[in-house]
Amino acid sequence: MTPFLTSDRWYDIRDLGNLSSAILEALDKVLPFEVVYILAAVIGFVASFLLFVLPSQLFVGVYGERRLIGRMQSRLGPNRVGPFGLLQPIADAIKLIQKEALTPTQADRAVMYVAPILFVMPAVLLWAVIPFGEHMVIADIPVSLMYFLAVSSLPVIATFMAGWSANNKYSLFGAMRIVSMVISYESPLVLTLLGAVVLTGTISLSGMVAWADEFNIWVVFVQPLALVIYFICVSAELNRTPVDIAEAESEIVAGYLTEYSGMKWGLFYGMDIGYALAASGFITTVFLGGWTFFGLEAWIPGWLIFIAKTYLIYFLFIWTRGTLPRLRADQLMAFAWKFLLPLGVFNLLIVSTERMLWFEQDYAKGLVYVFAAVNIALSAVLVYVWARFNGYRPERTPTRPRLVKQAGGYIPVGERS
Amino acid sequence: MMDGFGPSLAFWVLAAITLVAAGGVMVSRNLLHAVLFLILTFVGVAGFFVLLSADFIAMAQVIIYVGAIAVLVLFAVLLTPRSSRDNSETRWAAPGILLAVCLAAIFLFVVHDTAWRTVDAAPANLSAASLGRALLSTWVVPFEIASVLLTAALVGAIMLTRSPEEEAEDALA
Repeated sequence: MTPFLTSDRWYDIRDLGNLSSAILEALDKVLPFEVVYILAAVIGFVASFLLFVLPSQLFVGVYGERRLIGRMQSRLGPNRVGPFGLLQPIADAIKLIQKEALTPTQADRAVMYVAPILFVMPAVLLWAVIPFGEHMVIADIPVSLMYFLAVSSLPVIATFMAGWSANNKYSLFGAMRIVSMVISYESPLVLTLLGAVVLTGTISLSGMVAWADEFNIWVVFVQPLALVIYFICVSAELNRTPVDIAEAESEIVAGYLTEYSGMKWGLFYGMDIGYALAASGFITTVFLGGWTFFGLEAWIPGWLIFIAKTYLIYFLFIWTRGTLPRLRADQLMAFAWKFLLPLGVFNLLIVSTERMLWFEQDYAKGLVYVFAAVNIALSAVLVYVWARFNGYRPERTPTRPRLVKQAGGYIPVGERS
Repeated sequence: MMDGFGPSLAFWVLAAITLVAAGGVMVSRNLLHAVLFLILTFVGVAGFFVLLSADFIAMAQVIIYVGAIAVLVLFAVLLTPRSSRDNSETRWAAPGILLAVCLAAIFLFVVHDTAWRTVDAAPANLSAASLGRALLSTWVVPFEIASVLLTAALVGAIMLTRSPEEEAEDALA
């Protein structure tokens, strides 16, 4: 039996998890195995829900996001309900549950009913493979990176079902847009992740954290371009505001959410935050070394470091959402295929070469830092050169309105002069 | 592998889901419902791979079939003008049923006549690393041929979908 705390100092909070294991081991001696098994699941669920899911979803997700975007847009954000407006998400949830969930008469009722439920399930399943601490992972499967990719490709189908079943023109536009977006952005996303996989030589998320711990460097320093491309692609897949063309309010009412109301809409809204949080956790694990922090994890519980990094990445999501204007559908398509995809291929080429060189040097530890310096410089050069090659010019404060053609925008084939 | 209550229950639940969904693909009159049932079938088959401890193949099944192919099929159905028509009442029903019966007979014959081997543990070479090694050493030629084929398909698709106006523009430039 493990001791209650590995160190006998009461203020050492690294071993908070041992509390539950001590209780369970004591119970194991008196109760049959099945009861303890179910009890462990219940304790784990309640603890993770109270300690992580609820505060993340409600207070960091809904409240923090609205407050921060309020600050960025020079307004206050929610500040009436409770202290500092902290109870606003709860008030919103009560309001949403009370509202009637309407269904149009011509809608496909069954599909429209099932879509929000199908949208919620993958958001919960995604957390199963993300390591919160050294052994704090629900399912440590050897192909956890592929599991994450597989499960995160499911919500697209739910959003498509939502958009198609409502039998509304704008919903259908939203559904078509999200499907075409996902087809476009899936390929650069997988290519950049392949870069990280080639570098670390594993497709297990705990293996990637162990790699970062062993070589004392995070993947982001060796693969800076990969993180940038992944961040852009994942915001496109998650429908975050700079690229949320599937529910662009100014163009197609609310996209696939047009006909949804009440808690059905609330599930979509809440789980958008859930997916962004899961993606932040995934970025943290793959690119930012997960629960390690160059030896700091000996002093601070690893799950605290992990949650801090996750919220930092989530803040980046909020930041881009609060400051960048929405792009047009065709701009996004062109950006994915002409800019991100070639850069992803270049990145993969570079990292494969480096991996081969590294293999010939018997994985010498110092070589990773050389690769990091080379890759940071190469990434900056690649982005600049490829942008110039594509004809993008750095643009500072456009002072006068211009025609679409002058600004280099897309003009349909038939209307070109 | 298949002993114990959990795996057996999982097997029967997955079998029920997969078969009902596969039946739904055939009988549903709405083309989009058929596609959604098809996706459920793919997920059920992925579950079988997990039960057979072929994790990598299960994940690849979900990524490729559900994430890519099903989404493409949905897209294609959306672009089909008469996608919501009834597709269960056609004059091809009788030959279709005949063909299905013949196929079922062949499959049943094969299943019945094969001497199935049962093993206690999963084979050791199912991990992603050994699969990758096999693909890039033993099976490298078929692997490369498949990738060349896919590239050719990609180029061909681009050539087919270019409009005459764009061709003319490129010829001038």
